[in-house]
Amino acid sequence: MRVLPVGARALLVELADGDAAQALHAELLRRRAAGLIRVREIVPAARTVLLDGLDDPRRVGAELANLEIPPLSAREEDVREIPVRYDGPDLADVAAHWGVPVAEVARIHSGTEFRVAFCGFAPGFGYLTGLPGRYEVPRRATPRTSVPAGSVALAGPYTGVYPRSSPGGWQLIGTTDAVLWDHARVPASLLAPGLRVRFVPLAGVPGAEAR
Amino acid sequence: MTDRAFAVVRSGALTTVQDQGRPGYAHLGVPRSGALDPAAARLANRLVDNSAEAAVLETTLAGCAVRPRCAVTVAVVGAPCPVTVDGRPVAWGVPVRVPAGALLDVGAAVSGVRCYVAFGGGVAVDPVLASRSTDLLSGLGPPPLADGAVIPLGHATAPHARVDTVPHMAPPRELILGVTYGPRADWFTEAALRTLTTRAYRVSSASNRIGLRTEGPSLERACPDELPSEGMVLGAVQVPPDGRPVVFLADHPTTGGYPVIAVVREADLAGAAQAVPGTPVRFVPAGHR
Repeated sequence: MRVLPVGARALLVELADGDAAQALHAELLRRRAAGLIRVREIVPAARTVLLDGLDDPRRVGAELANLEIPPLSAREEDVREIPVRYDGPDLADVAAHWGVPVAEVARIHSGTEFRVAFCGFAPGFGYLTGLPGRYEVPRRATPRTSVPAGSVALAGPYTGVYPRSSPGGWQLIGTTDAVLWDHARVPASLLAPGLRVRFVPLAGVPGAEAR
Repeated sequence: MTDRAFAVVRSGALTTVQDQGRPGYAHLGVPRSGALDPAAARLANRLVDNSAEAAVLETTLAGCAVRPRCAVTVAVVGAPCPVTVDGRPVAWGVPVRVPAGALLDVGAAVSGVRCYVAFGGGVAVDPVLASRSTDLLSGLGPPPLADGAVIPLGHATAPHARVDTVPHMAPPRELILGVTYGPRADWFTEAALRTLTTRAYRVSSASNRIGLRTEGPSLERACPDELPSEGMVLGAVQVPPDGRPVVFLADHPTTGGYPVIAVVREADLAGAAQAVPGTPVRFVPAGHR
């Protein structure tokens, strides 16, 4: 663990990998809930956790260095289920990258338990990890100027769902009617860092029957 | 629509609703947003007896004009500019009573960039995540003002007979930004670290509420790797592939994949909000804690 000062009020904690970052994030949320740390923002990312709005970053940094971080446990939270039609235009490309038949993409993807590693890019856009490393895919060589809201997509080690229509370079494998972001709802975001997620194939699509 | 509202007659180059923004949601990808010059926004509110959190208008260079449907007390601070009511000059930086149906015109900034226009009772558009701020990066909050739009006002809660005036610090001819190095200073060459704090930059015309872009010497990377996305703070000096530092302002993305060489003192960011394109910029080491 490396603790890097960020201006006068923040710390960036760098971990060895994404799992370690998620474990630290979970522990920081526990400590904040227990009143052990006062911080305005706890922002996990690929392999870091940012703590912003600290009164005394130096003291918190020293505490972090001695922190016992329990490994992530799988039983802590409920699993959020997201219904998906595996009908994305890049299914065949993803199948080719994975070296599996097209119908296998839905089976493998919906058989995986994901975890929201972090959010970013747009309100409610989660970067979900869980797929084994052999299923990483590159971004598309040419990003689309408009990806529809509800698109379920892959890039690198991550799965994401577009909360609204936007440009994007991820590989599209499906669509969901789930509303990822609704600022009139509490909570506004369907996904939040640390949440476990499972994609549930809607009946009648290729791949669903194969389970 | 009640009479507590104003119609937008001239929306100007970019006029948005701003308050203290949406801190606390960065982990969901929600930018903090809020007035770029928070002290000016607070001052405008104080002049019309609003609470500091009331929403105001933030104009950009060209000002704006609105026609209140009710008599309302307004105050304009931030960038100095001519202010008129039905064509007659009124004072900048003091509370002004605007009659129902009169035209309030906030003129082009004489110096600086952003004027803050407070209305007694505050701008009362629907809040999103407890803030009325327009967030230009993520699209949360009300859209920028458009000609013909009708914007609701809140009810004034206190008498506004108090006369007050404000001292004004003119926007500096040179923008001096105190910085502390890090968190990714080690991704740059020693020469780049020296360049940042010894060479002259200028404010780029590509600057906006997301970031103050600069023109000047390119900062060379020591580490060519791709940086995995990491959390970003207000005032972060991010260095994109062209090597010109960008200072993150209120609508900055919550995560980013370019290394942050240094962070600007928060107190210096109001100056960044008021620096017109072409203004010389100096990054000055703020000293280590």
